[in-house]
Amino acid sequence: MKYAYYPGCSLHSTAKEYDLSTREVAKALGIELIEIPDWICCGATPAHITMHLLSLALPVKNIIKARAMGSYEIVTCCAACFSRLKTANYFMRTDDEHRQKVEQIVGEPYKGEVKVRHFLDVLVNDFGLKNLKGNLVKELKGLKVACYYGCLLTRPPEITELDDLEDPHLIDDLMRTIGVEPVQWPYKTECCGASFSLTKTDIVLKLSCDILQMAYDEGAQAIVVACPLCQSNLDLRQSTINKKYKKDFNLPIFYFTQLIGLALGIDGKKLGLDKHIVPPAALLGEKDKLAKI
Amino acid sequence: MTGDRSEWEPKIVGFLCNWCSYAGADLAGQSRLEYPPNVKIIRVPCSGRVNPLFVLKCLSSGVDGVLISGCHTGDCHYSEGNFHARRRFTILRKLFEYLGIDPKRFQMAWVSASEADKWAKLVKGLVEEIRQAGPNKLGHR
Amino acid sequence: MKIGVFVCHCGTNIAATVDVEKAAKAALNLAKVKFSTTYKYMCSSPGQALIKDAIKEKGLDRIVVCACSPSLHEKTFRECLKESGINPYLLEIANIREHCSWVHRDRETATRKAIEIMKLAVTKVTHNRPLEKTHMPIEKRVLVIGGGISGIQSAIDISFAKFPVVIVEREASIGGRMARFDKTFPTLDCAACILTPKMVTVAQNKYVTLHTYAEIEEVTGHVGDFKVKIRKKARFVDTSKCTGCGACWNKCPAKVASEFDLGLCKRTAIYTPFPQAVPNIPVIDRENCLYLKSKKCGLCQKVCPFGAINYQMQDEIIEEKFGAIIVATGFTQFDHSVYGEYGYGKYRDVITGLHFERMANSSGPTGGKIIRPSDGKVARDVVFIQCVGSRDEQKGVSYCSRLCCMYTAKHALLLKEHNPDSQAYVFYIDIRAAGKNYEEFVKKVQNEYGAVYLRGRVSRIFEKGGKLIVRGADTLSGAQIEIKADLVVLAVGLIAQNDAAKLAQMLHIPYDQNNLFTEAHPKLAPVETITSGVFLTGACQSPKDIPDTVATASAASVKALGLLVQDQLEKEPLVARVDKNLCSGCQACIKACSFNAIETKEVEDRALKRKRTVAEVIEGVCSGCGNCTAVCRMSAIDLEGFSNRQIMEEIEVL
Repeated sequence: MKYAYYPGCSLHSTAKEYDLSTREVAKALGIELIEIPDWICCGATPAHITMHLLSLALPVKNIIKARAMGSYEIVTCCAACFSRLKTANYFMRTDDEHRQKVEQIVGEPYKGEVKVRHFLDVLVNDFGLKNLKGNLVKELKGLKVACYYGCLLTRPPEITELDDLEDPHLIDDLMRTIGVEPVQWPYKTECCGASFSLTKTDIVLKLSCDILQMAYDEGAQAIVVACPLCQSNLDLRQSTINKKYKKDFNLPIFYFTQLIGLALGIDGKKLGLDKHIVPPAALLGEKDKLAKI
Repeated sequence: MTGDRSEWEPKIVGFLCNWCSYAGADLAGQSRLEYPPNVKIIRVPCSGRVNPLFVLKCLSSGVDGVLISGCHTGDCHYSEGNFHARRRFTILRKLFEYLGIDPKRFQMAWVSASEADKWAKLVKGLVEEIRQAGPNKLGHR
Repeated sequence: MKIGVFVCHCGTNIAATVDVEKAAKAALNLAKVKFSTTYKYMCSSPGQALIKDAIKEKGLDRIVVCACSPSLHEKTFRECLKESGINPYLLEIANIREHCSWVHRDRETATRKAIEIMKLAVTKVTHNRPLEKTHMPIEKRVLVIGGGISGIQSAIDISFAKFPVVIVEREASIGGRMARFDKTFPTLDCAACILTPKMVTVAQNKYVTLHTYAEIEEVTGHVGDFKVKIRKKARFVDTSKCTGCGACWNKCPAKVASEFDLGLCKRTAIYTPFPQAVPNIPVIDRENCLYLKSKKCGLCQKVCPFGAINYQMQDEIIEEKFGAIIVATGFTQFDHSVYGEYGYGKYRDVITGLHFERMANSSGPTGGKIIRPSDGKVARDVVFIQCVGSRDEQKGVSYCSRLCCMYTAKHALLLKEHNPDSQAYVFYIDIRAAGKNYEEFVKKVQNEYGAVYLRGRVSRIFEKGGKLIVRGADTLSGAQIEIKADLVVLAVGLIAQNDAAKLAQMLHIPYDQNNLFTEAHPKLAPVETITSGVFLTGACQSPKDIPDTVATASAASVKALGLLVQDQLEKEPLVARVDKNLCSGCQACIKACSFNAIETKEVEDRALKRKRTVAEVIEGVCSGCGNCTAVCRMSAIDLEGFSNRQIMEEIEVL
């Protein structure tokens, strides 16, 4: 199992632990992730609200780079990168006019699609849950989490082609496999406020507070995410939310790869568990789930 | 052969089925949609009535383009005449390619009785395409 | 041969763009044209008189009229020829209005094109042959497919004219959707009170035969002579012995969810769908009957005082003939489980309008109580969501289902009457209350019954703390709102029956992208189809409420009766013909014919001195599509009015 790996900017900065844990899990499972050489930013939200063509040209550049590596599919972990790469493929595939313009911008031909996959999809559908179960060192019994997918992973469905639009379950499936109990909750695909984090923080505080509240009400001890922006908003802003809304949340926000890593017996530090704002040590330690942070 | 391109006007024959496309062209008239006069309409009961010989006859006698237009799939008044027409069209077009006749010269369309606008646009586009293709050199006239 | 060409001005419609005098003069240069003239309105009486006089005076024997589309006045001018003693099929129309003067502006160009169109018509008319209309007998019986309110009304109307009529209904009872309704808008008549008498009337009518628990298997033939195979599904109950006493279903131990009550309660394996069923004779559902599944039980047979239960009964296929068919197959409701935001149909307290009808009905599964199906508690806060599946190109259908605004308003009213402490919230896109007293009804529900109408869509429903949280937008105030509801009622749209396309193909009638049957003309032939003798009524054509359904039922009946009262059917003679001398008997034409209008026939070949098989067209069945002519390698089969020679020569003169 070999894939062209596109980490994206977040995983090289604010979401370093997502990158670390992904690589660790992949290594432990024998999934080879080869980082696309000289990859560039996908443009994320800033590009597509500025200029439509730019928002296609940036990911297309990366897709072309990936093709040069051979016949690999691209794997990415960031929900935004996933969305942008898939969107670019979609437009290139369905719209000749767009394709011609973008090819002119990037200065080389697109030459057809390179399939883009989310790491969730790879773990569940390529590697397989059964296979994963066979590789576990331990099960994280007794941990109740809310699996949170955010707004970008499944929407719009004709582009993302990932999981169930309104009631996704890939993270839930993975958590169940490693012994973690996912709670049933209705906010799986609510928006956390995403990139308003810097420009309109109030919006993020309100939306993220609602998500934390719902997870808490449904009995979750932590939230498991698959998007760096979701993680950062729920983790980084949690103390501000507590102050502003007079709450007492203490919910660690994990990447799904971190918990899988623990179940595979990987050292907590290697999974970047020390990089969280809301410290997970108490939760994991008290349940004796954590090897070492 | 016509020497001066600027004076040459494409001559196109349209075989229109009575129930959908002919009525669609009627509606274009009722809606006063303007389109070029190059298409001469021959009414047939069904697009499936069009014998390949008619198309060959057109192209061999100097007509620059031939159009068959019928009901949308599923809408055929005779339930499947347009399927027959479509199959015949596909084969005939292959033959034309083989013979070196520009496949643009033989086209098929689905225009319903309510698609006046589509008809007008179709004619405009078709005339333009045939103009690009130039005069039919098979023509002896 | 003397051809006369008559060019119409159509007021200024043609004359303003086409130089009609020039065209008339040009006609005289064409071979065999002996006369041409123009007139202001050729279709008017003086215009027709002009043609008639010219025919007499100049001895014309073929006529070309350059005027509007043949779809408008071909008939008129054929009649005119007939009155002048010429065969009406020796006419051609040159369409110089719709296809010329109305679509071109330049006078010179238009005149040139008009002359070319005329040339085509003159060429074509040269080869027209005198033809006679054929006549066919009519089977004076009507088949009505579907026994809902539209089929019932059609049958009653036809029986008034004393023609036999057969209703084929696939359920065990007639009554259809309307039998499930509680009240009807806007008058709040009880649905059963107005429907049941009609059901009884139709059952007792000596002109009406009911085939319930039966389906159409095959339709062949054509107007005046449809041959229909009907599958009478095995009831396992002898209809001649059963009295409907109910001893069997009272004892039956097998219980399954009732389809009639949408699973809100149970029925037995031997059952009538509802207490007022017509006929009041049960059927045994073979999937669930213990005896039919495993030979255990047999209780119903034991308790039946009349020996009416027969486990050996088989499906029976009968074949009947009809002159006309009325399609009254109705609709089904949209399946809302595609809406993830409404819980994929998983929440038990998210129901459809039809569930609500059943609950509101005093003889329904809850005895008229409007409750939460999950825990049986009385529903207080109820959210109604309109346009579920309708007006939604992504997940449903693009059209408006037309009745949901009204039935939702009715539900809001009924809710208040049943549960006085309740509160109704209605999410809508637009309120479409076009109908007599409809708008007034909605206003009444809003003003007197306090239903809160919120203009906007619901984005999500989820369960929390035993309530349904309904989150939506109120676009008028611009606010996002959340309602804690006990019950959510979805106004699901009306869609075509699952097997509508299959039936349409059997009947050779067109249907649209939504599988709704297509009428012959949306305005002027709304209950006819382009297949002669097949008529439409009710919601199988488009969503209709009860008044519209009943109106189309009567309209379709009149159309069917209009056929039946004729002594014989007239048929256009523009049919295919086989030249037996040319026919090689390859039968390619038979395969190309969708109407089974071509047969084989043995003829004596004198040259070969033996018998030879050739194709022969059954004139009464041929529809004149000409598909056979295009496949004939010998050009032995040709179409009257559109012959090979006519079209080839038209191409030549271009």
